[in-house]
Amino acid sequence: MAGENNHIVAEVAARILADLADPQTINRAKDERWKETLWRALDEAGLPLAWVPEKLGGSDASLIDGFAILGVAGRFALAVPIAETMIAGWLLTRAGLLAPSGAMTVAPVRPHDRIEVHRDGTLSGSAFAVPFARSSQHIAVLAEDSNGAVIALVEISSCQLSEGQNLAGDPTDAVTFQRVKPLRSGPVPAGFDRSSLMLMGSTIRSVQTAGALEAMLSLSVAYANERVAFERPIAKFQAVQQNLARLAGEVAAALAAAGSAADTIAQAGLFDDAVVLEVASAKIRTAEAATEGSSIAHQVFGAIGFTKEHALHRFTLRALSWRDEFGNESYWAAELGKQIARRGADEFWPLVASR
Amino acid sequence: MTTNLYFEPIRLPAECEALRAEVRAFLAQEIAAGTFDPHRPGHGDSHNQAFSRRVGAKGWIGMNWPKKYGGHERSFLERYVVTEEFRVANAPVRLHFVADRQSGPILLKYAPEHVKMDILPRICRGELCFVIGMSEPGSGSDLFAAKAKATKAAGGWRINGSKIWTSNAHIADYMLGLFRTSAPTKENRRHGLTQFLVDMKTPGITVNPIIQMTGQHDFNEVVFEDAFVLDDHVMGEIDGAWKQATSELAYERSGPERFLETFYVLVELIRALGPEPDVRSAEGLGRLVAQLHTLRRMSVSVAGMLQAGREPLVEGSIVKDLGTVWEQKLPHRVRELTAFLEPDITNRTSLEEQLAFATTVAPKLTIQGGTTEILRGIIARGLGLR
Repeated sequence: MAGENNHIVAEVAARILADLADPQTINRAKDERWKETLWRALDEAGLPLAWVPEKLGGSDASLIDGFAILGVAGRFALAVPIAETMIAGWLLTRAGLLAPSGAMTVAPVRPHDRIEVHRDGTLSGSAFAVPFARSSQHIAVLAEDSNGAVIALVEISSCQLSEGQNLAGDPTDAVTFQRVKPLRSGPVPAGFDRSSLMLMGSTIRSVQTAGALEAMLSLSVAYANERVAFERPIAKFQAVQQNLARLAGEVAAALAAAGSAADTIAQAGLFDDAVVLEVASAKIRTAEAATEGSSIAHQVFGAIGFTKEHALHRFTLRALSWRDEFGNESYWAAELGKQIARRGADEFWPLVASR
Repeated sequence: MTTNLYFEPIRLPAECEALRAEVRAFLAQEIAAGTFDPHRPGHGDSHNQAFSRRVGAKGWIGMNWPKKYGGHERSFLERYVVTEEFRVANAPVRLHFVADRQSGPILLKYAPEHVKMDILPRICRGELCFVIGMSEPGSGSDLFAAKAKATKAAGGWRINGSKIWTSNAHIADYMLGLFRTSAPTKENRRHGLTQFLVDMKTPGITVNPIIQMTGQHDFNEVVFEDAFVLDDHVMGEIDGAWKQATSELAYERSGPERFLETFYVLVELIRALGPEPDVRSAEGLGRLVAQLHTLRRMSVSVAGMLQAGREPLVEGSIVKDLGTVWEQKLPHRVRELTAFLEPDITNRTSLEEQLAFATTVAPKLTIQGGTTEILRGIIARGLGLR
């Protein structure tokens, strides 16, 4: 992540993950006990509630520091709900709600899922593909009625879950609310809506994806230099070099797009056209890079990278799954295209140049 | 080895935005006066002596060079703003652009003081056009195979041989060229090339035009027959030009001109789609916008690295690789999206003209100034693969 050396919290995260979440070690683990140990360490460092102010129960890190943590999490292809707890804490904070301890997730995750808030404050509706729902104690919900939206904190145990998983095997569950009474709720700030949540979620997934792509590049380069075929390291073959140079280009584009979007969200007061340009671009471009980059990384590794025992899939399959959360690249491309068309041809370059 | 790629999200500072407003006002005035037509593709590639002088008078050539050589000691980021606004407007910058981007910086670094005092202020005034003499018949990207020779003579050097694909040679005042002064050694095939500043009016130089497939005249073959160059026109170390080449590349390769060359078709597409395009068109447009925005953010970030005194060779090569591949594909993608346009759109003719032009220009974009293959070789070396 850009400017990461300045982020002490990101260094803390990197140390914890290096000790307790090494992808190759985890990949060989026979059970999931490592997750508890890891979560305890992350929790003690105050990372899951990084975006929650102290008075609401969090550790009050800046947005940009939080994105740096997520870049590190991406580089480890982390399979515990730190990103989900962070965005849930961020969402609760928008309504000034106290954050609980323990793992959280957020709903909705798909742009067209709608959860309704009734007059009595109870919630109904379904949110599909909610990451880590069954591993969380609470869920932060953006619920809507005809007048606007509220943010609510709900116990997972009061919802119905239909279990599913993403490409990497991480939980993504359908969560159904049937007249669920939240623990607490509050109105959204002015101008905040479902699209604001999608923009924040997309920025987070973009940053994680860029991190995972960085890891794919360094693994692939190291492997190409080690692996000997036809009596030479495969790194010496021009065809392999060209592929890795293309991978580097995809990684660079993903890092630049995600870093720019994170910086924008961190500075933005309002979720205006410029934020949509930055965040939609990042989600589109990092998703494209995930598609392109993961196939190149697998190509470099050949058969060994296609095995369960090798850790490469931890990065590639998560990056591919993240494409679909908080709006995939086609969804955002259509949204961005509509915005650009509405502004008109003569207002296009001025918008691009303003960033 | 650098698998740690780094693109800081640089934002252009406030002085850049004031400058941008000034540049836009100047360009609007030039367009109103009929100097060039921003909707006519190819104009950005043409030269206009009077226009270049007016640009020079505004202080927009040699912007970051020292004042004593006619420069303006402004930042790389300010130069970036001027470059991108001129490119997007299709302004005719051909006469001064190469001198401003790369020849001037080489002179600044290697020319003797009196040569700098003579030439740099004239570049800054928009009076001089430069040509780069690198490729030769039979050796394009492989610069170290260059055969055109400079032989020592009393007080200078005699040049014999040919350079090819020399854009601007027919209008240029000076060439910065690589010539062989010694044979390559066994240990180092890059050894033996020297960079010279050559006055194009020197007797013994013939410029033969080569017409491009677009019908434009840009390329030339330049033939040297005993053309004499003074000793003080040697740039840098004799036999050591290869050491000088790489640091210049980041300047040449990461600028906005590396992804904006066919930009006009995208603007014209937006005009044709109107305010409420169907979902397929909106989706197609949105992807192109996202890719363009990302390229620009990368390119601005590299300008920030240059400003900070770094030499982002790998990052610059990545920007040119991704940028030129993108601008090459752009007319083809726009073409696909035009299939669904309403029959009665008002700008169909200009969209079709622009598409035809951009489509025929596109093949050169990944060749000029370092081919895709060469760039990927540089990136691979940066990754520690070779």
